[in-house]
Amino acid sequence: MELTLDAVSVEISGARLIDELSLKAGDGEVVGLVGPNGSGKSTALRCVYRALRPSSGAVLVDGTDLTTLSIRDSARSVAALTQDGTADLDFTVAEVVALGRFPHQRGNPVLSDRERELCAEAMRRTGVTHLARRGILSLSGGERQRVLIARALVQEPELLVLDEPTNHLDVRHQVELLAFLRDCGLTVLVALHDLNLAASTCDRLAVLQNGTLVETGPPADVLTPELVRRVFGVTPTVVRHPRTGVPQLLYTL
Amino acid sequence: MTVTEAAPGVAPPENSRARGPLTVAALVVVLVASAIAGISLGPAVVPLPDTLRYLGAALTGGTIGPEDVTGYSIIWQVRTPRVLLAIVVGAGLSVIGVAVQAMVRNALADPFILGVSSGASVGASAVVSFGLFASLGIYALSAAAFLGALAASVLVYVAAHGRAGLTPLRLVLTGVALAYGFQALMSVIVFFAPFGEAARSVLFWLLGSLGGAAWGSLPIAAATVAVAVALLLRQSSALDVLAMGDESAASLGVDAAAVRRRLFLLTAVVTGALVAVSGAVGFVGLVMPHLVRILVGASHRRVLVIAPLAGAIFLVWVDLASRTLFAPRELPLGVITALIGVPVFVTLLRRRGYLFGGR
Repeated sequence: MELTLDAVSVEISGARLIDELSLKAGDGEVVGLVGPNGSGKSTALRCVYRALRPSSGAVLVDGTDLTTLSIRDSARSVAALTQDGTADLDFTVAEVVALGRFPHQRGNPVLSDRERELCAEAMRRTGVTHLARRGILSLSGGERQRVLIARALVQEPELLVLDEPTNHLDVRHQVELLAFLRDCGLTVLVALHDLNLAASTCDRLAVLQNGTLVETGPPADVLTPELVRRVFGVTPTVVRHPRTGVPQLLYTL
Repeated sequence: MTVTEAAPGVAPPENSRARGPLTVAALVVVLVASAIAGISLGPAVVPLPDTLRYLGAALTGGTIGPEDVTGYSIIWQVRTPRVLLAIVVGAGLSVIGVAVQAMVRNALADPFILGVSSGASVGASAVVSFGLFASLGIYALSAAAFLGALAASVLVYVAAHGRAGLTPLRLVLTGVALAYGFQALMSVIVFFAPFGEAARSVLFWLLGSLGGAAWGSLPIAAATVAVAVALLLRQSSALDVLAMGDESAASLGVDAAAVRRRLFLLTAVVTGALVAVSGAVGFVGLVMPHLVRILVGASHRRVLVIAPLAGAIFLVWVDLASRTLFAPRELPLGVITALIGVPVFVTLLRRRGYLFGGR
């Protein structure tokens, strides 16, 4: 599924959070949004998963303007891992994962065998099968994050939107999750703080600053010491990863 | 922590799907038994065989002897509508409690958090103190309470509605704040009441009572509650999604603001109707949802079925206690619900690892 942000602007109570942001993610491409705090990454993502309506401009999936679809229809092809991933109620992990089927259902039917298998498979892929009967509120932050990713997979999306998915994850689960994103074959739009992980994961990076797009391109073209200094205010040493060749940043404290 | 230490957040057993119908059937049996007990028992105990005979006669149009007339009228004209109203109000309050807690995403919410009961009390105290709506006769109190409740809901809605729609915290804060205003208004009305009895009547009404139950007041309340349960059950998955947070809800295809608006309307109407017939029976709508979740887990598909049954059973026994403990005087329902409910709830809360919105 191809995602296009066409001159998207979001203005809330007079503050322009993103300004004429245009961005493309081709079918199966993994695009990373990077930028300092408050640069508009989450705002851009929220427009894609329908939590926010752009003030102007359009978000298109395969050429269809999202605002012409019902919010439920778009949830059938766009799944998201959001920042508010806490539940109020102590659902079991299996129940939370099964909620991923919600946009595909009418009424409250019992899950079909295929859907049950889908849930089991998603829980296997994210390594939470052993937690199935635990309450979601009793899990650690990292476990919870993986449960929510399983829920997103159960939605059978063609486009996956993730807002800081590696928050709370230990290094092993960070690496596993990002490797999974890179190889899952879905179109992925992901906001990441860690530039090194972003460089290893994404086909293309889009750098945001104060709500505008500063630079976009393959990590090797984008992550130059000059750009990082200009956008993030620190000057790194950029080296090539000895095995993969992707740029990696070293910081001098 | 090892995985096997699953003490906190105890999940309902895997076979709960299979056990569901059994639980419901068991609760229905308990409810029917409780209702018959509630009809048979009271300050004047009517023996069970007689009770059943009178009920049978009333339902099938059978005949009774002249010596039975007193017993029959106690059973059929006084106690049966009262017990049925207890069922309706108990079921309604606990199911609306579930809806309100989902709507404002707050464990402390109950059907009255949106200022409904204090709004109703303004209307009720106006009737009690100054004889407003006197032309409506015995329905004046109910009508005034219902109107007060709806007026309060409209005010809360308008005041809480911001640019981002109805956000949970705004709703709760507005409801609580306006409730203080309504209470002040009610106090003023009672203070200036021409009769000294007014304060006492209003207080009694505020704490809830089914003493005014009559066949006439049943159908509207019963229909309202039945429709509410049906509407909520249809939305049970959406309520689950809503509990995941507004952002996640959007990503799952649920417009949280729209669901919240619908829930607000439903809550206001049903709570208003219940307050009109029974006053503000506290505690049921706060505690029953939690109690039910402790027993069957958080999924609204289960909670919305079990909660009305549990609430109905609870209130039947509470009402029985209220009219027998200090007979012939009646205690307000709110007193008994708190006396029974608080220790039971605290015990359950401590015994099981029950989590709501955090650790």
